[in-house]
Amino acid sequence: MYKILEKRVLSSDIKWFNIYAPQVAKKAKAGQFVVLRIHEKGERIPLTIADYDREKGTILIVFQEIGKTTKLLGTLEEGDEILDFVGPLGIPFKLEENVENVVLIGGGVGIPAIYPKAKELYKEGKKRIISIVGARNKDLLIMREEMETSSHELLIATDDGSEGTKGFVTTVLQNLIDEGRDLDVVIAVGPTIMMKMVAKTTRPYNIPTLVSLNPIMVDGTGMCGSCRVTVGGQVKFACVDGPIFDGHEVDFDELMRRNKMYVDKERVSLELWEKEVQR
Amino acid sequence: MKKIPRQHMPEQDPKERIHNFEEVALGFTAELAQLEAERCLNCPRPFCVEGCPVNIKIPNFIQLIKAGKFKEAVMKIKEDNFLPAICGRVCPQESQCEAKCVVGIKGEPVAIGRLERFVADWEYEHGVEVPELPPPNGHRVAIVGSGPAGISCSVDLAKMGYEVTIFEALHEPGGVLTYGIPPFRLPRKVLKNELEFVQKLGVKIVTDAVVGYLYTIDDLFKEGYEAVFIAVGAGTPRFMGIEGENLIGVYSASEFLTRINLMHAHEFPEYDTPIQLGKRVIVVGGGNVAMDAARTALRIGAGEVVVVYRRSRKEMPARLEEIGHAEEEGVKFEFLVNPVRFIGDENGWLRGVELIKMELGEPDESGRRRPVPIEGSNFIMDIDNAIIAIGQASQPIVAQTTPGLELNKRGYVIADEETGQTTREGVFAGGDIVTGAATVISAMGAGRKAAKAIHEYITKKN
Repeated sequence: MYKILEKRVLSSDIKWFNIYAPQVAKKAKAGQFVVLRIHEKGERIPLTIADYDREKGTILIVFQEIGKTTKLLGTLEEGDEILDFVGPLGIPFKLEENVENVVLIGGGVGIPAIYPKAKELYKEGKKRIISIVGARNKDLLIMREEMETSSHELLIATDDGSEGTKGFVTTVLQNLIDEGRDLDVVIAVGPTIMMKMVAKTTRPYNIPTLVSLNPIMVDGTGMCGSCRVTVGGQVKFACVDGPIFDGHEVDFDELMRRNKMYVDKERVSLELWEKEVQR
Repeated sequence: MKKIPRQHMPEQDPKERIHNFEEVALGFTAELAQLEAERCLNCPRPFCVEGCPVNIKIPNFIQLIKAGKFKEAVMKIKEDNFLPAICGRVCPQESQCEAKCVVGIKGEPVAIGRLERFVADWEYEHGVEVPELPPPNGHRVAIVGSGPAGISCSVDLAKMGYEVTIFEALHEPGGVLTYGIPPFRLPRKVLKNELEFVQKLGVKIVTDAVVGYLYTIDDLFKEGYEAVFIAVGAGTPRFMGIEGENLIGVYSASEFLTRINLMHAHEFPEYDTPIQLGKRVIVVGGGNVAMDAARTALRIGAGEVVVVYRRSRKEMPARLEEIGHAEEEGVKFEFLVNPVRFIGDENGWLRGVELIKMELGEPDESGRRRPVPIEGSNFIMDIDNAIIAIGQASQPIVAQTTPGLELNKRGYVIADEETGQTTREGVFAGGDIVTGAATVISAMGAGRKAAKAIHEYITKKN
């Protein structure tokens, strides 16, 4: 059992949990994820490691409440325990050493996913870390302070213009490109459509672009193939071959289709749960 | 003397059983078991023992059954095999012990597997005796993977006084016995009993522990384990590499079976894990996993399940009993056909499959005749699901994170056949991660050999 030590409500549907899992915390690196299961009848879901504290033995997860499992997870409080918490999984994030000017792009709960990367790169003394974060509106912008302290520049995009540039993260990215800024690599984590658009934006300029994929998983250790994605025409398992891939090679449309595989079932499950909760 | 025929084991009616996950074979009664035991000739040189990968003293335990000494019979088996309730069910006896049975030369062999299963079940009904253990010898061994190889290794080491910890990646122990083999072949109660027995011997099982990521092999040595046994199996599903394999509705057999056996997707929405199953399902492959997947699909509501296999019936690697059970339950078979591409709709859902007819050519390395496509014989079948059961590859995580551990060119760990010794000192390996996908009993055999070798290694070192 893995205890929730701290809980924060970042927005109406985004929750922040610091979970006690000392051995996972000892090993975790930026770019990796955990698979958790809340209770005996629960499903196994992957969540990106948003931060880790080796001394305190904690792993930070930040998640958006979308389906039954994430909504149920959101109802847990400090002191509650999660049944299974497996990790750290996946290949850690790694950059070429000579890369100095890094753009990190996070959308929605992709922001906490890019945070540990920003933190590590900032600490390593990279010349310039530019972070671009996007959300539908100002209220949904999360972890702003953390991002600010681990970037040289923090740029914001909101759909409604309530903060920063009105538009998408790609609008801001395109501006940087147009200004002729030095951009050695772009790292994007967020909704699949966002990552697809980022890769599309950088492709004409040959700017290396890394994305962290979020397919449906079961075991998360390479045993089932649920998370298979097409990268450069090859089938890869995102759990053990990724989750980070070359954004210019990923078949995002296939991933988006596959991620909708269980929408009907997810709706049934959620409706049933909501009825139970009301009762 | 009147010749006694091989006794039939009562089974659940196929019409009933396709609606449940209860065990198909119901087991011998004491009377049937004793009658069957009468058939054993108690040969002075028992070939059956040679046919058994762990050399169970077969005639001896059968004679004890004949005498009604069931307790003594099961203890006799347990001198060589600690998990008879499992082996009695899932071993391919027809190609091992029973294949060598002298009675089988002129008639049907003695039903050794059924007898093994009978006494094992009898013991659970009457209370399992935990053997007296020697005092702890102060040495610790880590085992990676709680499948058949890991379990059997742990039992032998625990009996020698070792402090054994098994690290399991999933949330439940048992490996392929848990996520792979369906409950209608291996009831979960039987598995639970056997795993409880292992833990009663003092073996610690740590779940949710992915060795390679959570602890490397080197970490385990640093934590004070003196030897490590790698028994992670061959869990990576193989795909065919044909067009449309990522369409929605195409599952690997591993995923399909894991969703059902481990995650209870057939009990959705009571359980949270879903599965997308349509009316018409094909299963690609001819092994036991293909039979398990096909029979599972029928049970959870597929209207029609067709096994497509690229060779003919004769070359099918599945056990005859499993093929028979599948047929009785209504699984259909299409032989000498192979998928060439999957066809989807605009939303990425599987709608059909294009198959090509095959003929058998010259024998290949496996000794079976090689299937050759017949040009121009392509045809299309409308389907909702395809389950790919064409085999598994090695589990790569441990090897990737263990410097000095050498693999062969197929990605399996190089280990001595007799001892399990790998290219790293103190690191042993056995089961499917060494041999490639094989049987439960051969993995158990490898686990036992490794236990012996680990004991010798630690004794010599200290």
